[in-house]
Amino acid sequence: MTTNRTSKRRLAAGTAVVLAALLTATACGGGKDDDKGGAGKAPGFNAGIGKVANASDTKGGTLKFVGTQDADSWDPQRGYYGFMWDFARYYTRQLVSFKAAPGQGSTELVPDLASAKAEISDGGKTYKYTLKDNVTWEDGTPVTSQDIKYGIERTWAQDVISGGPVYLMQVLDPKTEYKGPYKDKTPDKLGLKAIETPDAKTIIFKLPKPNGDFEQMLAMPAASPVKKEKDTASKYGLKPFSNGPYKIDSYAPNKSMTLSRNANWKPASDTIRKALPDKITVTFMTNADDMDKRLLKGDFDVDINATGIGQAARTTALRKHKDNLDNGQTGFIRYAVFPQTVKPFDNIECRKAVIYAADKKSLQTARGGPQAGGDVAPNMLPAGIKGSDPSYDPYEVLKNDSKPDVTKAKAALKACGQPNGFKTTIAVRNNKPVEVATAVSLQNALKQVGIDAQVDQFDGAQTSGIIGSPKVVKDKGYGIIIMGWGADFPTGQGFSQPLVDGRFILQSGNNNFSELNDPAVNKLFDDAIAETDPAKAGEIYKQMNQKVSEAAVYLPFVYDKTITWRSTRLTNAYTADAYNGRYDYASLGVVK
Amino acid sequence: MLAYLIRRIFAVIVMLMVITLVTFGIFFLFPKMIGTDPALYFVGKQSDPASIEGIRQKMGLDDPILVQFGKFVAGLAVGRTYANGSDVTQCAAPCFGYSFKTEQEVWPLLLEWLPVTLALAAGAVVLWVIGGVATGIISALKRGTPLDRSAMGIALGGVSLPIYFTGMLSLALFSDQLGWFDRPDAVFSEDPAAWFNGMVLPWVTLAFLYAAMYARLTRATMLEVLNEDYIRTARAKGLTEPVVIGKHAMRSTMTPILTVLGLDLGALVGGAVLTESTFSLHGLGYNAVKAISDHDLPVILGVTLIAAFFVVLANLVVDLLYAVIDPRVRLS
Amino acid sequence: MTAVPVPGETPVSPLTKTGAVGEPVSAGSAPSTAFLEVRDLQVHFPTDDGLVKSVDGLSFTLEKGKTLGIVGESGSGKSVTSLGIMGLHRVGQYGRQKAHLSGEIWLNGKELLTADPDEVRRLRGRDMAMIFQDPLSAMHPYFTIGKQISEAYLVHNKVDKKTALKRAVELLDRVGIPEPHKRVDSYPHEFSGGMRQRAMIAMALVNNPELLIADEPTTALDVTVQAQILDLIRDLQKEFGSAVIIITHDLGVVAELADDILVMYGGRCVERGPAEKVFYEPQHPYTWGLLGSMPRIDRDQTERLIPVKGSPPSLISIPSGCAFHPRCPYADVPKGGITRTERPELREVGSRHHSACHMSQEDRTRIWTEEIAPKL
Repeated sequence: MTTNRTSKRRLAAGTAVVLAALLTATACGGGKDDDKGGAGKAPGFNAGIGKVANASDTKGGTLKFVGTQDADSWDPQRGYYGFMWDFARYYTRQLVSFKAAPGQGSTELVPDLASAKAEISDGGKTYKYTLKDNVTWEDGTPVTSQDIKYGIERTWAQDVISGGPVYLMQVLDPKTEYKGPYKDKTPDKLGLKAIETPDAKTIIFKLPKPNGDFEQMLAMPAASPVKKEKDTASKYGLKPFSNGPYKIDSYAPNKSMTLSRNANWKPASDTIRKALPDKITVTFMTNADDMDKRLLKGDFDVDINATGIGQAARTTALRKHKDNLDNGQTGFIRYAVFPQTVKPFDNIECRKAVIYAADKKSLQTARGGPQAGGDVAPNMLPAGIKGSDPSYDPYEVLKNDSKPDVTKAKAALKACGQPNGFKTTIAVRNNKPVEVATAVSLQNALKQVGIDAQVDQFDGAQTSGIIGSPKVVKDKGYGIIIMGWGADFPTGQGFSQPLVDGRFILQSGNNNFSELNDPAVNKLFDDAIAETDPAKAGEIYKQMNQKVSEAAVYLPFVYDKTITWRSTRLTNAYTADAYNGRYDYASLGVVK
Repeated sequence: MLAYLIRRIFAVIVMLMVITLVTFGIFFLFPKMIGTDPALYFVGKQSDPASIEGIRQKMGLDDPILVQFGKFVAGLAVGRTYANGSDVTQCAAPCFGYSFKTEQEVWPLLLEWLPVTLALAAGAVVLWVIGGVATGIISALKRGTPLDRSAMGIALGGVSLPIYFTGMLSLALFSDQLGWFDRPDAVFSEDPAAWFNGMVLPWVTLAFLYAAMYARLTRATMLEVLNEDYIRTARAKGLTEPVVIGKHAMRSTMTPILTVLGLDLGALVGGAVLTESTFSLHGLGYNAVKAISDHDLPVILGVTLIAAFFVVLANLVVDLLYAVIDPRVRLS
Repeated sequence: MTAVPVPGETPVSPLTKTGAVGEPVSAGSAPSTAFLEVRDLQVHFPTDDGLVKSVDGLSFTLEKGKTLGIVGESGSGKSVTSLGIMGLHRVGQYGRQKAHLSGEIWLNGKELLTADPDEVRRLRGRDMAMIFQDPLSAMHPYFTIGKQISEAYLVHNKVDKKTALKRAVELLDRVGIPEPHKRVDSYPHEFSGGMRQRAMIAMALVNNPELLIADEPTTALDVTVQAQILDLIRDLQKEFGSAVIIITHDLGVVAELADDILVMYGGRCVERGPAEKVFYEPQHPYTWGLLGSMPRIDRDQTERLIPVKGSPPSLISIPSGCAFHPRCPYADVPKGGITRTERPELREVGSRHHSACHMSQEDRTRIWTEEIAPKL
């Protein structure tokens, strides 16, 4: 059995090596590849990080996306995948949206359908917007405040259009008194009390209590207008009605999508979208290796999923086409977390022992190294979130050059009353090979201090029912859980609250795996959320992050990075922090 | 003969019903047994109780499993309506279910994917039957020569190499390096020549695997047949060698090959999973993989049923064909 | 190895004139005047284990209208001989080690071993035809009887399929198949064993061959059918005037049919002569053994007086000297100083009667008349 397995593995490894060699050989095959990528030379490594690569205003051409994963839904109220939020800007607009600017600049909110940002009154409980004059649907009719209200109301109809974020529902109607537009008895189906539309151009939001990130939520696709007459309920995602620069011509799920210009979109009304290509295509395929090859060949321009170039093509890309690559932060953090319900992780010293014993360098390597994996993370708040401090190094990770601190780990074990170590279980998703690799790395490092950890791979498709259930976690004795996390919106509330606020502990779909419930931390969130000045809120989140770090419930691995491909013909390309380090799709153009 | 046919077709229908029931059970009952809820597969990141309830309502997941099965079968015959309050979805007959992941009826999807798989299978079968059988015969007639040894060596490689490997290799070589063939992106109705060009590599890749198997089968069968007494008789009659091989030996050699071919084709039409995935051909196999990774149960069920249908059909056709080929076989 | 006939040389075969089966002309390259003459035929098969000498120096002649019975155990080389005459060792040896043939086979004045293979092919089925042991396996299961018979006719005659099929019906009728115009469309498996053998005979006779070789034609059949088939062969021989070779392991089969009998052991002829001589004055202990194990109606079936003990020799390492000596009950009879490693040659022991045994004729006659014959 063992021999058989080994030989199979060896065969697989051999196959991979041969394949990689072939792919390399192919990519080296003459200057053909460079020519195919379009005219001119790629603007350079990381040319799209923090600046605009190939800045241009030239219109025309076809922008070709490719991906291995279709969106969960293209319905603005249902989509939750990050790339869908980025892409949705082609066909849908919101009152406010993220600024078309590279890197951190993209996290600034600017008016989109609204003529200006909100007039906030009533102590942060009332938000008032006035719409621009020339915002229109693809049939030429104006986008009204009622359309926006109707669109937002759709989120309440969770029984019909499930899957999307429910922040607006939680903030505007925490008790869910409204039942959604499909069960709405009012004639115009605009029964939600928290939103008022005194006229077609004015919309007023009345919050039960202030939330400093409310406008962030209004920038999500879930706050998009939907024209009631065009609402096809659960099937709306197959052909959303456009109010952006492009409309959907055809869409076959898991296969392809084609967008063409929306003639009724008025460029003057839109300061965000450049709308450079004449046509946008998306192709879905399952063979990720072939997708990378075709990107390198120039058959496609961008990986819509932005999952990064896979292992097979990475070496070639880095060596031969470095100028086409951007190695940016995704805004994700990879980490291990210690559920306090599982002994001995109820004792902070035992948690500290694991934190000190972990070999962060090895964990980084398991994630793919500094480029494909990311930078070693000293704390749980990544750059791009106001309040983050990359130099905050409570466990001296950076100081120790990412090496394990065995002395401190052993001291912590003694303090914990487990001087000879203990047994525990590492839970990891079985469908993420890289996460499994980090679990094994951690297992090996813990062995050095006498901690005997078993790796348990659970069904990654059932995450919310397994590690998302505190009861299952306790029953299975998951002392260490390996996960990753990215923000729905780039603030401390969006990033950290689900992870560390005790009031976010859920019986199913839980994300606060450590079950940290520190009143001081919870209060800091309340304070920050009530604060409408982002800079001040950031200061509070900084304190929150320190408090969480001191609780020693998290072992951060890396601030995630990817190596993404930017085709030579791509213009106006830059990565946006607001979209997890993806290119700002709405700005992209192509050289014809 | 007619009675036999009627009996067989009846058996096929019964078998398909059983397969439907079992598959249905696996997909809708099994999750319940292991403590998860099939409805969970249809909601996204947010498992809001309202959305789960909505799905349960619409799919009728609260009904007993046999009632659900009955509704499914009835839907096949007369169509079906999925209703959840004002959100009503019509599913026309034959209703193979409704995908709540992509919000589409399953049957039209199957009809859309089937031709892709059929085109792949049809082109490949021509290549592998011609290539495999010819190689097998030549190998048998040149047994022990370097030609035979190298042909069988390549065939062994063909049988053992994964399609993903040969597929990627052929793409690297013939598409990227030599530029002879494109990837299968073109649509037949728009540009038949480009479509054909794009299909060459998938056809060859898929055919290579099967050609290798068929070459080995043909060679072994041919060698066995050549030892038969009736071949000696044919020679004793003074027939020329081409007639002895081409007519007498071939007739017997083709019988097991046709049997295997029928069954292989039946299985293949249900989806050439690996080839379709490697070349991103959006046929039944590609979408089956996609549906499985997306937990799109109605689509998995639909693909399973259509695959089962073709396998069962292929079995029937092979049995009927057998009676035509081999006069010793009687249908009764 | 194979002798090439020298044209113009005078044929020498005076002994063939008196009987059906004559003395083979001593090895030489003169063309044979006999209808069929086999000279010093050797058929060797190279294998991984060594050279299999299936036939190792066999000679005989056969005239038209006469019947020769070749008798021996399985592995004695009888069938290999018949296939050798038909030229079937030279075709279809795909990738296998080729059989090594040497000696001469003359048919109608033509030497077959050196002839162009295609020429021999044209003789097959037309001038010489063969009936095989098991008609079920010897007929193609997927073709009708009529097709298989007419195919043999079509290949040698310029006629259309319809005529050929008519000929097949005619032949089926002749071999005694009822309703031949109907049965012509039947498949082999739809026939009984005896019917199949009749059809097989019809197939062999469709071109009026001058030489008919029947390889164990009745072995696969039950006793009553056996007699019918043998009668049929005899009748047809009279009618067509062919030369017939019947190959069998059973002396009983050839008892009434054969004019001459040739007994083979270990790839060589150990005794040959007119049938009555071989039956009533056999001159070889192996022949005695065969006679002793022959079932007879007038004898208790369970009684086996002189069974041939032991098993046939390995053809890769044939015993030195007389191949039969390890099994011979009389191996110890004094042979006048002849060593066991010396191989006995065929010697004339009577008119046209030859035997290859080291024992003196007196010893043989004495043993036969005193020890063997009374028990038979």
